[in-house]
Amino acid sequence: MSTVWTPAEQPDSFVFDAASEEEIAGVLSKYPQERKASAVMPLLYIAQRQMGRVTGSAWVPVVAMDVIAQRLDMAAMRVYEVASFYTMFNTRPIGRYHLQVCTTTPCWLRGSDDVVEACQKATGIQHFGGTSADGLFTMTEVECLGACANAPILQVDDDYYEDMNAERTQAVIAELRAGRRPEPGPTVNRSVSAPLGGRKTLLPSSTVEQE
Amino acid sequence: MLADKDRIFTNLYGQNDWRLEAARKRGDWSNTAEILARGRDTIIAQMKASGLRGRGGAGFPTGLKWSFMPKQSDGRPHYLVINGDESEPGTCKDREVMRHEPHKLIESALIASFAMGAHASYIYIRGEFFREAERLQAAIDEAYAAGLLGKNAAGSGWDFDFRIHRGAGAYICGEETALLESLEGKKGQPRMKPPFPAGVGLYGCPTTVNNVESIAVTSTILRRGAEWFAGLGRPNNAGSKLMAISGHVNTPCVFEEELGVPLRDIIEKHGGGVRGGWDNLLAVIPGGCSVPLLPKAVCETVLMDYDSLRAERSGLGTACMIVMDRSTDIIKAIARFSKFFKHESCGQCTPCREGTGWMMRMMDRMVQGRADIEEIDLLEQVTRQVEGHTICALGDAAAWPIQGLIRHFRPEMEARIRQYKAAYGSTGLVQVPAGGVPAAVE
Repeated sequence: MSTVWTPAEQPDSFVFDAASEEEIAGVLSKYPQERKASAVMPLLYIAQRQMGRVTGSAWVPVVAMDVIAQRLDMAAMRVYEVASFYTMFNTRPIGRYHLQVCTTTPCWLRGSDDVVEACQKATGIQHFGGTSADGLFTMTEVECLGACANAPILQVDDDYYEDMNAERTQAVIAELRAGRRPEPGPTVNRSVSAPLGGRKTLLPSSTVEQE
Repeated sequence: MLADKDRIFTNLYGQNDWRLEAARKRGDWSNTAEILARGRDTIIAQMKASGLRGRGGAGFPTGLKWSFMPKQSDGRPHYLVINGDESEPGTCKDREVMRHEPHKLIESALIASFAMGAHASYIYIRGEFFREAERLQAAIDEAYAAGLLGKNAAGSGWDFDFRIHRGAGAYICGEETALLESLEGKKGQPRMKPPFPAGVGLYGCPTTVNNVESIAVTSTILRRGAEWFAGLGRPNNAGSKLMAISGHVNTPCVFEEELGVPLRDIIEKHGGGVRGGWDNLLAVIPGGCSVPLLPKAVCETVLMDYDSLRAERSGLGTACMIVMDRSTDIIKAIARFSKFFKHESCGQCTPCREGTGWMMRMMDRMVQGRADIEEIDLLEQVTRQVEGHTICALGDAAAWPIQGLIRHFRPEMEARIRQYKAAYGSTGLVQVPAGGVPAAVE
């Protein structure tokens, strides 16, 4: 993996808040007691979300990793290893909205270059990994998002915006800037991953109940 | 072509409700206890008879895989782990199962776990599928509330827990042992085999890892009968399969189709034809980026199933095809995959960690044409040195697309090189002496 470990300016302390603690209790119940190290990824997510909630920038500072290591009886290094191996843990601060553009071949074939360019135009970000001057947006290049029948994809935080082009990318970003989150899913007139123009299988007349 | 009455995923597009009540109307959970009452051996025998082969790419017979689990527990718990890490470029089928047919998946997980003596199952869902995991969790909660999961699941007498574990953006975690490592809270680096997961898997316990689709079809196969499923498709390539079309077609989509249907018919019917007409077709990658591409001439006649594509030195893979028309820079398309594999190599084995970088850099030069003709052979040689020399198949997967490109599009690569030479006179490359790299070069 090519995640480079670059500590940013770190906060002095990190404490899980009440909402996070509730989530943690649920997570820990999923794994055998003596295997609680399994919860390291869920706990990193919880820490990242709490940072997003509290500071507006969803990332995991080193102190949070230390807190997690203590909680799960792991060596701190084992937590750092996990946090830096997986690309979805942000080890440095990011903007309020995380624009993740897929540029892998299926998206590229359908115009992901235009989506990247539109993101740059709308936010002023020059390079992948960059954050806009107003701190609102960070743009990341991501590998295949697994929604290729709806390519190209722009993922904003947890949501997929599908069947994108330059114009609709700018529209999504304009909405975000105004503090609104547009409805995720296809941005053209189609239903999820069914063909444009309506589905060709599972037609109403023939979908009788099985058995 | 598959008729609607033979489709397993009847709510593939979420045109109806995904919730329990609606799923029950579609037939899910109707006689689960009765299926479990057939016993482990009967269920596995029926799965073998159905001819189902793994839907995640490798195509290993599912029933046979299940039979590798120990018949008697030696005190260690058994686990079923479902692979929902769907990250292979081009592949987008399991997503539809998780968000639109969650109950088919949960019920099938119960049946499969029972057949392998497992009381607990984890599904590993790629981190980016946040909404899909949310949806599946809601369905799991419904199932617990209705007594379909937990103690005496669905009145079968079998205790069963089903839980979600989310990944965090590593393609390698789709490899079964890397997935297990990740589930144990470590970096996703594949393990050596043997021991195989059926002996030593999750937490050192007997484990079977199956693709989402392989599991999700189980309930329907056992309900409608192994003969029904085996009657679809071709011998040794039985059944229907979720497929997808992306790239240069008029209507990219996900759909369920019988195996053994001509590739061309699938593109015409489901994909709405190649953009600009069939004659505008350049190549198709039939099953996710790891399988070699097929030039148009092969696409005319090849059938979409495991053995037919294998015979063309490609593979069915995940059956999610990427279609490219004649406007495509095919070298660049494959070079992007090389970048992908470079990014996703876990770094454990040297041939892959270093080789994916070499391949990416050479492919980048091939895109420009900034190379010598002989370097095409050198590139081929590098792929051969990576292939088969790594713990997991990522090294192979990185090598095959390039081998396919060289096999079918070598004239294009040579033309690109000649074009560059004509424009710039030489490749502009400097041979670095073996003694060391001058500091100024870096």
